[in-house]
Amino acid sequence: MNRSVLYWRAASFIVAAGFVAFWQIIASLRLVSPVFLPGPDRAWASLLRGFASGDLWEKLQGTLAHMAYGWFVASIAGIALGAMIGSSRMMRSYVAPSLEFLRPLPVSAIIPVAIAMFGLTQGMALFVIAFGAIWPMLLATIHGFAAVEPRLYEVARSLHMSRTAVIFKIALPSASPDILSGMRLSLTVALILSVVCEILAGLDGLGHWVLLSARAFRSADLFAGVILLGVIGYLTALVMSVAEKRLLRWRSSGH
Amino acid sequence: MIPERTKALLLPVAAVAGLELWARAIDLQSDSLAPPSAIAAALAGAFKDGSILIATRDTLISAFAGLLIGSAIGLALGIALGIFHIFDRLMEVTIEAIRPIPSIALLPIALIALGFGYRMEILIVAFACIWPILILSRAAVGGIEPRLIEVSRALRLSPVDRVRKIIIPAALPRIFLAFRLAAGIALIVAVTVEIAINPIGLGAAIMTAQQALRPDLMLAYLLWIGIVGYLLNAGLVVAQRHLFGRAALVGDAA
Repeated sequence: MNRSVLYWRAASFIVAAGFVAFWQIIASLRLVSPVFLPGPDRAWASLLRGFASGDLWEKLQGTLAHMAYGWFVASIAGIALGAMIGSSRMMRSYVAPSLEFLRPLPVSAIIPVAIAMFGLTQGMALFVIAFGAIWPMLLATIHGFAAVEPRLYEVARSLHMSRTAVIFKIALPSASPDILSGMRLSLTVALILSVVCEILAGLDGLGHWVLLSARAFRSADLFAGVILLGVIGYLTALVMSVAEKRLLRWRSSGH
Repeated sequence: MIPERTKALLLPVAAVAGLELWARAIDLQSDSLAPPSAIAAALAGAFKDGSILIATRDTLISAFAGLLIGSAIGLALGIALGIFHIFDRLMEVTIEAIRPIPSIALLPIALIALGFGYRMEILIVAFACIWPILILSRAAVGGIEPRLIEVSRALRLSPVDRVRKIIIPAALPRIFLAFRLAAGIALIVAVTVEIAINPIGLGAAIMTAQQALRPDLMLAYLLWIGIVGYLLNAGLVVAQRHLFGRAALVGDAA
């Protein structure tokens, strides 16, 4: 069984390599102008050159920093607000409908407002990323708190637990799968908004790098940047799903 | 006892009234905030001169064109991957390598290849819409009751008929759910592309209002974009319930 999984994985890698080779052939035969489509060889060379000179490394750190700060602020604020709203029936019926109304709002529409308030600064980027990334976590936390098994609350009442104790000992652990999946969604939102803010405000990061490369028609650098953004997206999702599995292990262990 | 509906309205009404009173009390002069009455007036003005309708049309054209192209590609791939497990396993690495690329990262590529306008926006929206449809339709096809497939074999249906008569009808409720998610994504991506760079549609209009230091118009556009997003989602939820009954909404939790 395990061996056949490995074989399939290997075959799948060969198929992917075939696509890269196909891309190389198209580029080498110049079926598409190299101004638009560099071959994988040139993109790879540009990636290595960028890292050797430290340029790309710096941009990568910039994007990761924007993403991480915004996501971190959103996580704390989202879970705290969600716990506050979710743990009280009164807050739920007064506040939750307004939040549901705001949910389908394309969050990037807040960018002009943020620019008007903060100018083209790091603070603007932080605000936008945090604002965009907060929704999945906020709504997931409220939902998770509302869906706690009612008997657990009864137990808490008969034990005379304080509201803080109820939140930390019962509601948060019980809502943790919802909260973690909200955090995973937010991570994607944070990456996208980081790139948009860098493009708009010229902040140091991969978004700015790909835009400058496009303006100068340096397609190899452009593709190197896009590939790197894909790698960030892949790795952050991977780390998050590993963390999710570890943190939720206690739930499946049976008790 | 106050009815739930009134409770839900209380907060927005109080916020609007509070902002209006506060703005009048301090005679607000700001580049980022405006009293709700001025926002309403700006919205009415934009409707009167038609600018907001043209912008809405541009955004919706790009979003829907991208949504349709992306859905068609995603659906075709999703069904193929769901039916042929060999194909699914062979494509795994390729798909997992392309999928995490944030759609907005394609913006510079689309820009140099296609220039400003509808086409680059449609391309980016289509890319963003492929993935949710692909993943969910693959799962939907994979989750079809195996006996239905056996029936199609017993009836000796051709592969085309099997897809048309058995697989698509059986997977349709979940595919429609994917379509609803993708429609939300399409609108978000379209507006984002317009805000970032493309000079058409609602996103460009809201950026122009900001740069012209018209906070009333900017917030009017923000409100309108929110309303469009809400109506799109609400319309599709109604359509989903109407087409597939309550059973279709069960999958929503996933």
